[in-house]
Amino acid sequence: MRFADLLRFAWQVLGGYRSRTALILLAMGIGVAAVVAVSSIGEGARLYVVNQFGSLGTNLIIVLPGRSETAGAMPGVLVGKTPRDLTIDDALSLKRSPAILRFAPLIVGAGDVRVGSRTRETPVLGTTAEFIQVRQMDIAQGLFLPPGDPRHSQPVCVIGSTVAAELFGARPALGEWLRIGDRRFRIVGVLAKQGQSLGFNTDEIVVIPLAAAQALFNTESLFRILVEAKSREQIAYAKADVEEIIRLRHEGERDVTVITQDAVLETFDRILRALTLAVGGIAAISLAVAGILIMNVMLIAVTQRRKEIGLLKALGATGQQIRAAFFTEAIMLALGGALLGLAVGKLGQVAIGQVFPDIPFTAPWWAVLAAPLTAVVTSVLFTVLPAKRAAMLDPVMALSKR
Amino acid sequence: MIRLTGIERVFRVGDEEVHALRGVSLDIAQGEYLSIMGPSGSGKSTLLNILGLLDRPNAGRYELNGHDVTGLADDELARVRREAIGFVFQFFHLVPRLTAEQNIELPMVLAGIDPAERRRRLDKLLADYGLEARAGHRPDQLSGGQCQRVAIARAMSMGPTLILADEPTGNLDRHTGQEVMAVLERVHHEGGTVAVVTHDPEIGARAHRRIRLVDGAIAEDKRS
Ligand SMILES: Nc1ncnc2c1ncn2[C@@H]1O[C@H](COP(=O)(O)OP(=O)(O)OP(=O)(O)O)[C@@H](O)[C@H]1O
Ligand SMILES: [Mg+2]
Repeated sequence: MRFADLLRFAWQVLGGYRSRTALILLAMGIGVAAVVAVSSIGEGARLYVVNQFGSLGTNLIIVLPGRSETAGAMPGVLVGKTPRDLTIDDALSLKRSPAILRFAPLIVGAGDVRVGSRTRETPVLGTTAEFIQVRQMDIAQGLFLPPGDPRHSQPVCVIGSTVAAELFGARPALGEWLRIGDRRFRIVGVLAKQGQSLGFNTDEIVVIPLAAAQALFNTESLFRILVEAKSREQIAYAKADVEEIIRLRHEGERDVTVITQDAVLETFDRILRALTLAVGGIAAISLAVAGILIMNVMLIAVTQRRKEIGLLKALGATGQQIRAAFFTEAIMLALGGALLGLAVGKLGQVAIGQVFPDIPFTAPWWAVLAAPLTAVVTSVLFTVLPAKRAAMLDPVMALSKR
Repeated sequence: MIRLTGIERVFRVGDEEVHALRGVSLDIAQGEYLSIMGPSGSGKSTLLNILGLLDRPNAGRYELNGHDVTGLADDELARVRREAIGFVFQFFHLVPRLTAEQNIELPMVLAGIDPAERRRRLDKLLADYGLEARAGHRPDQLSGGQCQRVAIARAMSMGPTLILADEPTGNLDRHTGQEVMAVLERVHHEGGTVAVVTHDPEIGARAHRRIRLVDGAIAEDKRS
């Protein structure tokens, strides 16, 4: 039997039992669509988190005061002592590491920002000129903070776009003065819109020089130091350098926590990947159900088409040809269902994408590959028994039953 | 061409044994036209099925064209059926979803004959059996006589040397039955070997050799 004839024969069978064909296509389609849709939601969530971390800056290392419990230091060492503060001098000493490209010390507080009669409470960030590069933010108008010695400051500030809109409306903000508490700052730049990033909206902040923030919030200690390593490969060295440099400055005590963005990202990545796989796997169960449906339908077909199978055998069909006909039918059904499912899954993905435009829903390649493959494999497996029964049918018996 | 020696066929139904054929020996020469008659249950269909390699005897020997076919494997039997034997059934056994033409070409499809050659043979068969106008019709759109002609054309499509018909007119009126017999007899005139099982004495009498089965054994074997 020629392959083209085998396909045509199976096609005629599928066309001859339309509602049956439609039912199986539906079951297969739902299974495949479920896998695609569910895994693309998982993958979307993963990419969303990855992007969120990525938008913090690349090759980023975050230094925060205090030792985190889980970091493995001997717990007894710090008992009874409050952790030493991180200072500007700590930050400046990081210049010694060859693995570090740049860094930005950070102080965070909240302040009442006033322009004329309008007042608004916003987060206030004290930092240095490098901050914009470390965090990979963009300036919409003007300039960022001027470079220079972080211990001395000019009365200038950079504001987020929402702050600009709320305080100045349509009026140009650049060059205007604003008040934070009892201090005046001239606006030298407006940040480009960036939106929410890990729960922190950079459109709503005011950035002032580090020294000004120290004075404003009356504190010497830093909230964080953001460090950018020279390259991805240098992150580990940079981390070790940071720990060592600060340990020496803090009289041999490891009293800071150094987080690499990589480590955090990897953890999230792993968790979300596993989650996606798990939900994808659960959805794949529906494919097995579809496979059982195919088996059931095929078993019925063997009974229903007894006479036809008997006839084919009388006309000289071998057992192998009968089996081939059944398998071809099953594979065509599975592929048809898979195609349908991929299309529906894609549509579903686009539809959810409309509802949550921020999340990049994409079906992972393994799901797009595995779903149709699972569909074909299950339907082939579940056709083994019916095909065998059909091939073993006794033609005399099959033809004599009316 | 065909030599049956001591063919036995026993069916087991529960604890009982039914002897459908008891020691049937029969020689059929190339080009013979024979009818098989006998009371219901005498083993006519069983004999025809064994002749057509659809069924295996429990004992005895079957030689077809000089070869012993009793011991062949299922797939080899299928191949011989495909190439050398054509079946015609009482209930036509056409595939309902296929057109007349598609039904006729089924054996050729199973044999893997290429489409151009199939087309050539189809056109000849459709013309030979007066089915040109019905080529694209499905069985439910055909009369009983037309269905049986489609079935005969199908049986002939691989150019078999042996045609076996089990009550081919059993489901047709007298007139159509005779028409169908005329078609089968043409196959015989063209040199084919034809065996027809029938209950109709008039139809049985048309054959040149008339075999009568009683209780699974040959009771009469007349030639004219
Ligand atoms: N598959 C079977 N299982 C059990 N017994 C069978 C089977 N096939 C045939 N028989 C028995 O064998 C005997 C011969 O059957 P067969 O069908 O050959 O008769 P027949 O001469 O063709 O009868 P009819 O004229 O009614 O078609 C009958 O007694 C029948 O009951
Ligand atoms: Mg019979």
